[in-house]
Order: sequence, then C-alpha cells, then structure tokens
Amino acid sequence: MKLIFESGASGRGCSVLPECDVPVFSLPESMRREKAPNLPQLSENDISRHYTALAGRTHGVNNGFYPLGSCTMKYNPKINEEMAALPGFSSIHPLQPEHTVQGAMEVLYQTEKALCEITGMDGMTFQPAAGAHGEFTGLLLIKAYHKHRGDSKRTKIIVPDSAHGTNPASAAMAGFTVVSIPSQEDGCVDLEKLRAAVGEDTAGLMLTNPNTVGLFDKNILEITKIVHDAGGLNYYDGANLNAVMGISRPGDMGFDVVHLNLHKTFSTPHGGGGPGSGPVGCKALLADFLPGPVVKEEQGQYRFHTPEHSIGRVKSFYGNFAVVVKALTYILTLGAEGIREASQNAVLNANYMMKKLCDLYTMAYDERCMHEFVMSLEPLKKETGISAMDIAKGLLDNGIHPPTMYFPLIVHEALMVEPTETESKETLDEAIEVFRSLYETAKTDPQALHDAPHHTPVRRLDEVGAARNPKLRYSFE
Amino acid sequence: MNTPKEFLYSKSHEWAKKLDDGSVLVGLSDKAQNDLGDLVFVNLPAVGDSFSAGDTMCDVESVKAVSDVYAPVSGTVAEVNEMLLDTPEAINKEPYEAWLVKLTDVSGLEDLLDADAYIAVCEEE
Repeated sequence: MKLIFESGASGRGCSVLPECDVPVFSLPESMRREKAPNLPQLSENDISRHYTALAGRTHGVNNGFYPLGSCTMKYNPKINEEMAALPGFSSIHPLQPEHTVQGAMEVLYQTEKALCEITGMDGMTFQPAAGAHGEFTGLLLIKAYHKHRGDSKRTKIIVPDSAHGTNPASAAMAGFTVVSIPSQEDGCVDLEKLRAAVGEDTAGLMLTNPNTVGLFDKNILEITKIVHDAGGLNYYDGANLNAVMGISRPGDMGFDVVHLNLHKTFSTPHGGGGPGSGPVGCKALLADFLPGPVVKEEQGQYRFHTPEHSIGRVKSFYGNFAVVVKALTYILTLGAEGIREASQNAVLNANYMMKKLCDLYTMAYDERCMHEFVMSLEPLKKETGISAMDIAKGLLDNGIHPPTMYFPLIVHEALMVEPTETESKETLDEAIEVFRSLYETAKTDPQALHDAPHHTPVRRLDEVGAARNPKLRYSFE
Repeated sequence: MNTPKEFLYSKSHEWAKKLDDGSVLVGLSDKAQNDLGDLVFVNLPAVGDSFSAGDTMCDVESVKAVSDVYAPVSGTVAEVNEMLLDTPEAINKEPYEAWLVKLTDVSGLEDLLDADAYIAVCEEE
C-alpha cells in the first residue's frame, strides 16, 4: 500500500475555504518559511480512500474482541461522539470570555464532582493528556506538598516491581529517586519490604490496585498507613479502576492523589492518538497545588480559578476537553447503579474466561481475579516450544486482538487478558473456543503457530529491526 | 541450554569468569538471553562505578521488555564492553563471549553457583 506521501499529484487539493471575514495579517518577512512544506497533495476522494484502506488493515474495538490487559479496551458508545460534537462544545474557543462558555465550564465542574465521588477525592485537574502525564502531574503535587512544608528530605518514591513501567519513569521525570521493592509472588506488596523501605526520605508510594496481575491487595489499608506514618503520600495509578468503580474508592483506601484514564475506564477512544485524558484527583491537602485554572461555582455562575500554590499549567488550556464531554456522557448514561454494574460485569467476565480456560492454560494465580487475569505460557513453551508471542499471533488469525504480552514482568511468558464488561457471553465463548483450539494446535502442529499470523494484512513484523533501526519519518528525495 | 563448566553463575542469571589478573568478566547466561528474547539496547555502567553483589548494575532491552542486570559479585567497573552498544545481538549469539563489564576489587565469587548448581536452579524455576 502506498504511503500518503507517495500518493496524489502536484497541484491537486481539496480545501475550499470560506471567504476570510477578519482582517488579513501577513507574517513579517523574517518569520516566513523559505520553501513550501512537503505536504501531500490529494483530492478529498483520494484521502478518503487512503484512510478507509488504512482503517481496513487495522483492528479496533469496532472490529472485534480486544482483551488487552491493563488497557480496558471497552466499547466506545456512539452517544459520546454525538454529545462531543454538539456545536456548543465543538465550536467554542478556549480563550472565549467565561460568560459565553458557561455550559462547557459546567461540564468540567460536573465531571469533577462525579469523578471525585467515584474516587473519593476532593479536587481534580483535567489538564493531563493521558495516564503517564497524570502520574507526572500527581507526583509534582506530592513534591510541591513536601516542599511547601519545608520538608526537603523527601526525595524518594517507592514503586513495587510489579508496577506499570510508567510509574518509575514518571517518578524519575519528576526528579525523584525511585526505590523499587520486590512484590510477593501474588503481585501484592510485601509489607515487611515496604516497612524496611520507608523513612524520612520517603516522598510517596505509587500503587495500582487491583494490582498488575488482576488481584486486589487485601492489605491496602495497612500499606497506605505505613507510608502515611512515615510521612509520605500515596499515589493511586487508576489504570485498573474499571474493576472497582462504585464499589471501593482509592480515597477510602488511603490514597491522597490519583490519576484516571478516561480513555480506559470512562469509555473514550483509546490508542491511535485517542486523544487520551488523564485527570488527576487529590485530597483536600493537595488541592491548593493543582494546576490552574480549575472551575469553581459561585451563585450559579462558573468561573476559572487558579489554586493558591498551583504548580502551574501542565498543558495548554483545559486539557482534552472533548474527551471530558464523552466521559461525562458515559457517567450520566450509566448512572450510579450502571457504573457499579459495569465494574461487576468486568470482573464477572474475566472470571468466566479464566474458569473456562484454566484446565488447559496455566493461570499465574489460582484464585478469583478482578477485571483481568494473567496466564503463564511457560509450561506450554517448555513442552511444545510455543510461546506467548506465538499464541498471540494465532489469535490475530482468528480476528481477536492479542492480550497484553510479557507483562507483568514477574510472570514468565505472560498473557494478560481483560475482556471488559462490554463483551457479550457469545463473544467470550467464541474467544474461549479460539484459545482452546490454539492450545490443541500448539500440541499437534506447532509449526502452524510459529508461522502465524497467516491471514493478516502483514505477517510477523521485524520487531528487532524496528527497535534497532527505527524509521521515524518519511524521507523525501 | 548452554552452561559452560568454566563459568560461575548467579541466581539472577548473570555469569562471572575470573581472569588470570584477578579481575572478573560479567555477562548474561544463555538462559537469560533466551528468556529475554532478541536484545535491542544495552545500557552499560560507567567505568569506576562500584557495586555490591545484587545491586542493579545496568539494563538491557529486548523486544519484550527492559530488564535490570544485577552485579553477581561486589566490585568496581574497570572496563565496559562498548561493542555491545552497537551490537546488542552479540549477547544473543554468543552469550559467553559478549561480556558486559570487567570488575576489579572483586569479592563474593565464592557465593556464586557452579554450572551444575545453576542448572538445578533453572530447572526449579
């Protein structure tokens, strides 16, 4: 397939701009580029066909089952798009005067209230563009808090070794030293190791609960207490919130700051640029440090307010606002009961699949899971040579997006399956059949799986070549 | 799994080999490179860095993940194998030739496993 840069012809185009209705302004000579940019020149028809063809070569939630663990690839309801496209939301400018965008401000205000209720937090910023950005922002809040108290010794963030890779990366970006503590075999925090790690230099702990192997850490209250007693704060990575919405709240577990992924838990599009949205909620003790502006309500009027000790902006304007509209639509569509039910069904679906597969596949943990479960293909690999990667490629041939592979690192040959609540029993049953038949293929015809995928637009990609010699942009001749 | 007798091993899958001048070469075992998969990047420590046995010494990145490499013994980095920066695949091809670092002032060699004991550990995993 041709790249868009290789398509079209010189002079072709499709922009029919309306007549300019504001005074024309010319850039000063010194600021003008000397050469026209190398933009593709195509007709609307060409562009439409190009992207439709590209879309046909991809797999998304609209194509089929997408059980990508830790990513919560749930269905994106179409009503979300309708709401975000309303002209009152889509045709406004972020620099408009407050009194002309009261509706948009009400959306930010209401979404903050709803998400604070769901997480047990007191305040929130919608600026972070996605999860890791949220982590970074949350850590800056923790940093600002300690600094404001004159407590400059607190330079370390504790991260269990089962954490998402972004956790230590965000902590390092925020200027902290990362202390990694080993998890117990079940991925839960080792209390003794945590007790040994905390001290006067502890700024905080970053934790995902349910953890990265899909288990709820039963010691969570003890864990957050250990950190609080040492003078640190607790950061909740909201990646797995889909398991506990409306049932348990990070704020009640002892967390002080949390990021959410609206593009995971709250049904907004995910991947491919999303865009995402990673709002950060915090307890009252951190609210004065939030990025500004945040929306306040006074006598029925909404106005922007910059918190007193704000860490400053982390993104332009108000974050990815349209994503917030979609998330609020989702919350209001489901209501309090529906939100809880979504989590219950997410957990039910994961347990159903795990139970239907555990006689063939080795489950990393032999107990009830939350919204996702982890299997280890290590025994199968030892017996047949078929790895987690081979099974994943076999799934592609069956129209199923592979689960998360080789994560968490504490499970060898891991496949992490998260069906989400939006899949029907029929879809789950079909996927279970595919998993089971691939297991048989591994035993009877392993070469077929080593060669998979057979039916996708591209076969196995040269991942090593892509990592060692990445081509990050198109080279014009 | 290739586990030469003349090397010593750690439970975290590094190998160590004592040279005549008393320094020790450290690399990744055949099992380690096999589990990691194709390596695409190697981050080496700086010459002069000192480590205690069990410390994170450097990291390697494969198509699957970034993994820490632990110091199998205590010592000071005298030399790093810079060739690996451009050709990390050498670790996959010749794990016992592709040493990562040369350590001096080494202690703790006696705590490492010989080939048979290492094989037993790998079989238990």
